[in-house]
Amino acid sequence: MSLNRADIENIARLARLELTETEIPVYVDSLSRIFAFVGELDRAPTAGIAPMAHPLPGLAQRLRPDEVAESDHRELYQRNAPQVEAGLYVVPKVIE
Amino acid sequence: MSLPAAPAATVAELVRGLAAKRYSSVELTRAYLDRVAAAQPGLNAFITVTGEAALAAAARADEARAAGRGGPLTGVPLAHKDIFCTEGVLTTCGSKMLANFVSPYDATVVAGLRQAGTVMLGKLNMDEFAMGSSNETSFFGPVRNPWDTARVPGGSSGGSAAAVAARIAPAATATDTGGSIRQPAALCGVTGIKPTYGRVSRYGMIAFASSLDQGGLITVSAEDAALLLGPMSGFDPRDSTSVDSPVPDYTATLTDSLDGLTIGLVKEFFDDGLDADCGARIREAISVFEKQGARVREVSCPNLPLSVPTYYVVAPAECSSNLARFDGVRFGHRCESPKNLTDLYSRSRGEGFGAEVKRRIMTGTYVLSAGYYDAYYLKAQRVRQLISADFARAFSECDLLLGPTSPTPAFRIGDKCDDPITMYLNDIYTIGANLAGLPGMSLPCGFVGGLPVGLQLIGPHFSEARMLNAAHRYQMETDWHLQVPAAFA
Amino acid sequence: MEWETVIGLEIHAQLATRSKIFSGSATAYGAEPNTQANLVDLGYPGVLPVLNGEAVRMAVRFGLAIGARIAPHSVFARKNYFYPDLPKGYQISQYELPIVAEGALDVLLDDGSRKRVGITRAHLEEDAGKSMHEGLPGASGIDLNRAGTPLIEIVSEPDLRSAKEAVAYMKKIHTLVRYLDICDGNMQEGSFRCDANVSVRPKGQEKFGTRAEIKNLNSFRFVEKAINYEIERQIELIESGGKVVQETRLYDPDKGETRSMRSKEEANDYRYFPDPDLLPVVLDAAFIDGVRASLPELPDEKAARFVREYGLSEYDAGVLTASRELAAYYEAVVRQVGGEAKLCANWVMGDLAAFLNKDGLEIAASRVDASGLAGLVGRIADATISGKIAKDVFEAMWSSGESADAIIEQKGLRQITDTGAIEKAIEEVMARNPGQLADYRSGKDKLFGFFVGQVMKATGGKANPAQLNELLKKKLAG
Repeated sequence: MSLNRADIENIARLARLELTETEIPVYVDSLSRIFAFVGELDRAPTAGIAPMAHPLPGLAQRLRPDEVAESDHRELYQRNAPQVEAGLYVVPKVIE
Repeated sequence: MSLPAAPAATVAELVRGLAAKRYSSVELTRAYLDRVAAAQPGLNAFITVTGEAALAAAARADEARAAGRGGPLTGVPLAHKDIFCTEGVLTTCGSKMLANFVSPYDATVVAGLRQAGTVMLGKLNMDEFAMGSSNETSFFGPVRNPWDTARVPGGSSGGSAAAVAARIAPAATATDTGGSIRQPAALCGVTGIKPTYGRVSRYGMIAFASSLDQGGLITVSAEDAALLLGPMSGFDPRDSTSVDSPVPDYTATLTDSLDGLTIGLVKEFFDDGLDADCGARIREAISVFEKQGARVREVSCPNLPLSVPTYYVVAPAECSSNLARFDGVRFGHRCESPKNLTDLYSRSRGEGFGAEVKRRIMTGTYVLSAGYYDAYYLKAQRVRQLISADFARAFSECDLLLGPTSPTPAFRIGDKCDDPITMYLNDIYTIGANLAGLPGMSLPCGFVGGLPVGLQLIGPHFSEARMLNAAHRYQMETDWHLQVPAAFA
Repeated sequence: MEWETVIGLEIHAQLATRSKIFSGSATAYGAEPNTQANLVDLGYPGVLPVLNGEAVRMAVRFGLAIGARIAPHSVFARKNYFYPDLPKGYQISQYELPIVAEGALDVLLDDGSRKRVGITRAHLEEDAGKSMHEGLPGASGIDLNRAGTPLIEIVSEPDLRSAKEAVAYMKKIHTLVRYLDICDGNMQEGSFRCDANVSVRPKGQEKFGTRAEIKNLNSFRFVEKAINYEIERQIELIESGGKVVQETRLYDPDKGETRSMRSKEEANDYRYFPDPDLLPVVLDAAFIDGVRASLPELPDEKAARFVREYGLSEYDAGVLTASRELAAYYEAVVRQVGGEAKLCANWVMGDLAAFLNKDGLEIAASRVDASGLAGLVGRIADATISGKIAKDVFEAMWSSGESADAIIEQKGLRQITDTGAIEKAIEEVMARNPGQLADYRSGKDKLFGFFVGQVMKATGGKANPAQLNELLKKKLAG
């Protein structure tokens, strides 16, 4: 399964990854190889087999009680923030 | 390079030594910190060394022991793979994206081991975001194999394996998504255990592939793993995939007899890809088990050869979503002067992530995208079901499975960087266990050309005690696990 | 060309849990930015979601109330896209296996007819944060307090055919979620929002036209206006040779128009897949039965009962059951009065409603409680005062907080029922107005009202109207 430049550019856009001019052909090549390799899965006998989303079968999601268990740690959590103003995370203007 | 002498070979010995007051935790910790510092330029196993905090914790441990508080592990030093969040300490995941990230909280694993009294020496180098089999993708430079520093230690837990192999840390935590504990353990001649999926909490373990990731240990011996696995394991209400089942005392059954144990040799593991000499070491190891009363038979898991392509659909898919949170807004790398929102995201991520991470994010984005989801993602999850069924069938005939961990011994740094597939095939024997959520171990079982070889054990879900028992009995009859590279002896 | 409109609504209702759907942060409205956003809400590295059981119960309550099938096995899926108010870069939602499957709701329309509106599904998901644009030139500030608040997304079938139908359906859902105590329905605070999918097609055509989605409508008025504008826009566009583009639009209330959302230039590929951090939600019969047993009497049931028990019209019953609080108020009044259901209904729907509206109050904050109103209605029923006088009494009750009896006493408003006194007043009026008397007796029947008015004036409005009528008729007849 071969990918082309347009494919890589589309994927990179969806994934919000800026790629340089030199990078693009490298990814076209390596991703094409990966998908050629992964194509082996086509011959697997999966008719009637359910997809396995979780490795341990038969488990169900636990429900937790509806309790407030957190207090305000804004100062601590915002220490890692690149840009904060009046408690808000600042980003370039969001246009709707 | 001459390192100060290693205080003891194993955690078990340290536990005895501390209890017998042969040394204090402060003395122990200082000795290891000295070794860490001396070895760092040559191995690059650590990203962060928390010397002051370690000595302070060691002092507190000594006080606790003197006051009759604490337990067997109180004061034992160890190091954490830099994928585990450690409160107040840099947690980089081997990436530029998190090069300045100081975690505001402790991973459950870290908290558990701290509560058991261990002392953290620092954070260990790893492949970026746990993606790699050679520790060559780290933003902080490659880790070198203590047995031959021109060679890779394996990955992604390369720092963990190298540190333990060089005896600059008595033990290390690590994580395994497709073999990232077992394969570096094999390449470095040390013991590694990946528990059953859900045994160890993933809360605070930076996610790569959520349905495959599992936290575990790299240690000198199976006995050491048994000592440390308990405090790491157990139900965690913060992790919905954490299993609520009791944690046995893994040390209690270590010396049980192997009489009546049936070991299955997985036919598909002994394929053309396996280096002949490595294969020979594995077969020699088999006779050690037989001599102890185990019976060996051949089993077949016919869908296993599809493990690697399956993994390289599922893991990238999950990681492409897990890594979307790294966007330069609330933490992590942000590009300079973003022009607009799209620029903020694309440039921060383009700059912050290395090539392998970008490759896997793009692979994952593609396999989940409209029109490809059924053909790739769903298909792979169905094959995953087939592989799990193969294992289940094998376990109806035997108690444990045995095979090689890695197809070759450690390769040279830079050797496999050109073709991703060649690199991916390093995990050909280990990936299956992750897909099926099964526990697995790697034990040193000999050398090829002076380089360590590891044998792999795989067990049914929650059979860690049995596996550790078999591994321990093997290590009672052999001393491969006690070998240390001359430069680090 | 005759056009038909096809509308489907996606309603997002915030569930009234104390804590968020996947974390233990508080959900209370109005906190300082980012003080109710913990590590899980912030999407920090290494954190994991844990499901709030109450959110599940609330979703099941809703499903049962619309007669839907509750999925015994439902799955959370990740909806992947990049937006600053979405910290993880994905929203945890439900895709292929939602917790609530097909149901339906009967909606009473303006013209009195009933319409059955299909509900395709309802599912659980987490809300996103908010972006603020004031005070940050060229930038936006992100507040993640709201990120992780539980939502139920209710998707209707494209069964609605006009803006009015859409509003009626939306109001019905609004009433229902408040009845069920699963949502406070506060649209100003964003607890209840609606996206409208609107398309047009030539009348008689089966195939649906291309639809546009109008997002984040948070008032009934806006929903109606936005849909009507959109219908016209689409018809004009097609009739002038253009094509409707499938896109997301926003309603601008100041301009009264919808416009395309600039940021969504390309159709988003959400790449849904089951969230590996969450296990399937498995609900057994015991769980569902437990929730069913906790359901209150639902609006339709209550309205039907009001028709039966109180002899009210469907319309009146509908108005009185618009909220559980109002219905409870009404029933308390009737109970205390011991009957006169229609009279009580008129007072609750009439004067009481008018005063509540005037002061912008909800029924719970009424200045006249059920007992108070019952007291007043009782005095009408036992003819102590007339209905007309009662209006003045009510107004005095509202402003003073005093009881009906106290005010009647203070102001001496007791009705005059003494036949002799009324007759005397009538005779006086007749004597003072000989001209009108002669005209009436010679056939001008309309003048009856004149005499009624005069006698009422003479008695300060306190003559019992029925008695007055009877006696006046007799006396005028001579």
